[in-house]
Amino acid sequence: MDSSQAVFEGLMKAGIDFAVSVPCVNLAKLMDMIDCNQEITHIPVTREEEGFGIAAGAYMGGKKPAILMQNSGLGNSINVLASLYKLYKFPILMIISHRGTEGEFMSAQVPMGEATPGLLDTLEIPYLNPKTPEDALKLIPESWLLAEMGGSPLGILLDIGFW
Amino acid sequence: MERIKALKQITKQLKDELVICNIGFPSRELYHVKDSFKHFYMLGSMGMASSIGFGLAMAQEQKVIVFDGDGSLMMNLGSLITICNQNPSNLVLVVLDNECYGSTGNQCTYASVTDLKKVAEGVGFQNTFIYTESVDKIDFTPVLKSQGPVFVHVKVKPGNANVPVIPMEPEEIKERFMNELKK
Repeated sequence: MDSSQAVFEGLMKAGIDFAVSVPCVNLAKLMDMIDCNQEITHIPVTREEEGFGIAAGAYMGGKKPAILMQNSGLGNSINVLASLYKLYKFPILMIISHRGTEGEFMSAQVPMGEATPGLLDTLEIPYLNPKTPEDALKLIPESWLLAEMGGSPLGILLDIGFW
Repeated sequence: MERIKALKQITKQLKDELVICNIGFPSRELYHVKDSFKHFYMLGSMGMASSIGFGLAMAQEQKVIVFDGDGSLMMNLGSLITICNQNPSNLVLVVLDNECYGSTGNQCTYASVTDLKKVAEGVGFQNTFIYTESVDKIDFTPVLKSQGPVFVHVKVKPGNANVPVIPMEPEEIKERFMNELKK
């Protein structure tokens, strides 16, 4: 099964109806699928931190939000994750293209790639790490419920090997 | 006029609108002049007021009023670009501009030189309003009659009112607000 298709189907089954995004080359196909789907409001944003703010507002307005971003965007969003999401217990699904993992061709991606799991751990943000499209299709449909019940962001880390 | 006076005058003219209020003294002052189940008070994440309000406006149909500040808007200027391009008709962004970081000791921002209303117009906002510091009475009717997104620039004096912190837990603020929306 196609990896982008698996994530997309997982998000639909999870009931995600609002997505904010900053592009990554590995997310390009998934972003197109979301853009073409009438059931999901898709808002491209200028910066990931802004996207988290928008998603929190959308959640209060009754939506089930997800953010699509590269792991570099996690660095742009530490404060909003701590002092909005953790503080008020907001849920969100974080679909993260995890660059700097095995198979990365750009050395510039490696430092943030290596820092990413530790940053999530420090923020006490749980994350899943599906390795195959089949894994993604199994894990993502239940992930919104986990985030909402836990009152916390939930990361879906998608390594280079996943795509 | 003082910021608390502007908040008092504007909220007096609101009816069913949802309100997102910026972190720090603005939220404390708003809570003090008028509390409502339709108010969401920020306690952290400086810069996010306009984004939270915009997301809320995109998710449902009620009108959303955001009280932002000059320093916090400049921290998230990209927000203006996203808002303008998405064009939510039910969003009013009010910037209470005291030309300083009022909650941390009145350090100057760049807003005394950079005109934030002109910035909004440059980004593409069609409906903008200005209430200068000498205005003594804010008539908010034309703002509320305008099609969103609306940018409202309110020049206020620096300084904070002597008001206590909001005696509510963060989760309580969120749950109260969300329960009110479900009605």
